[in-house]
Amino acid sequence: MIKLQGINKYFGDNHVLKDINLHVKQGEKVVVIGPSGSGKSTMIRCINQLERPDSGDVIVDGINLMKSKAQLKQIRQEAAMVFQQFNLYPHKTVLENLTIAPILVQGKSKEEACQTGLEFLERVGLKDKADAYPAQLSGGQQQRVAIARALNMHPKIMLFDEPTSALDPEMIKEVLDVMVDLAHSGITMVCVTHEMGFAREVADHVIFMADGQILETATPEAFFDNPQNERAQQFLSKIL
Amino acid sequence: MDVNNPFALYKWQALFDARDIFIGGLITTLEVTIGALVLSILLGIIFGIAGVFPNKIIRVINRIYVEFFQNTPLVIQVIFIYNALPHLHIMLPVLLIGILGVGLYTGAYMAEVVRGGIMAVPKGQLEAAVSQGFSYWQAMWYIVLPQAKKVMLPAMANQTINLVKNTSVLAMIAGGDLMYQADSWSGSNMYYGPAYFVSGCCYWIICFALSKYINKLEKKAGV
Repeated sequence: MIKLQGINKYFGDNHVLKDINLHVKQGEKVVVIGPSGSGKSTMIRCINQLERPDSGDVIVDGINLMKSKAQLKQIRQEAAMVFQQFNLYPHKTVLENLTIAPILVQGKSKEEACQTGLEFLERVGLKDKADAYPAQLSGGQQQRVAIARALNMHPKIMLFDEPTSALDPEMIKEVLDVMVDLAHSGITMVCVTHEMGFAREVADHVIFMADGQILETATPEAFFDNPQNERAQQFLSKIL
Repeated sequence: MDVNNPFALYKWQALFDARDIFIGGLITTLEVTIGALVLSILLGIIFGIAGVFPNKIIRVINRIYVEFFQNTPLVIQVIFIYNALPHLHIMLPVLLIGILGVGLYTGAYMAEVVRGGIMAVPKGQLEAAVSQGFSYWQAMWYIVLPQAKKVMLPAMANQTINLVKNTSVLAMIAGGDLMYQADSWSGSNMYYGPAYFVSGCCYWIICFALSKYINKLEKKAGV
């Protein structure tokens, strides 16, 4: 479903991604962890080309995005992203946040977009907030709306870029619950997070990154109980 | 004694009798204002977006336009257009020259207002929209600009009020506007007092009404 091959990315002189290779099969849940500045977010943002790699291939759903820019729009609809800062549209109501892209980008009718939108809002437990504005919601509620907004594109892939890092501790669980529920629905998921409990519960693979490289790929059990890489051992000893 | 009083009653009488000239000037001023305002907002949006565009060449074009028109006097620009166009065999009515001159000049300021407004919208907004499959222009139009509007409105209001007053530059090229009519009428009979006082009041009323109207718009937009 997602293939990153030999990805390199520079910000100026800073070599932030060094020869990254990643393969995510359909329906797989991959959790990416690692210290900050390790290139996790940059890597996930390469998948939908919010960052364009300087070299390498990004193949999503069989399309090489480095070669065919024309199909980028299509892939972005298939691979929905949830951001650390939520990035809800503040001038739109919750329901409008869910429906604007399906209507404008996917050409759905307003009725259809609203109907599915309300279903997804119900799924994240916020149907009663459909007419509220994002600023009237708590951080946890905003992030659940952002997840519903992503789902209303009917994506094949969900990309999460540190979805709980900007939240107060008591709101993290409500967002993780939604994500766990989503993980069990069979969608392909790539998630950058520091939530180790979440990684243990849903991940098929845990990927450990540091200094722009993937240093270890393992099942959650193997990774958390018996990490092979020295950097990973150090990292885990500090946070667990 | 009366002759030395710039505001002598008979001078007001003469002004009243010549009111059609002043009303004509006022109408011309309003026409130039509306035309130049529309032009400057269009230019402001186009060049303002150019100022934040991903492509560097387009950003440079924005800088050239803004720096050129902001840093030379409006009077020179208008006189230049007035004198240069005939050499290119382009004959424009003086009203259009006024609209063009004032519009181009104010457009540079509007472009900076639009650019500042767009930059005040968090980068994540554009990213979120683009990640949902919006094109750059869709994201600008539906997501970024509506949010930038709140930042832009008060500054645009200031520019609009400046624009009204700046239309008086047409007096320099016999533009037939309010300032020109006050100038030429009082130049022939020396009744400067009432002529400039009344003209000044007209500009004040237009600008004050505008600023009140814009205040209302701002409240509606929740500034």
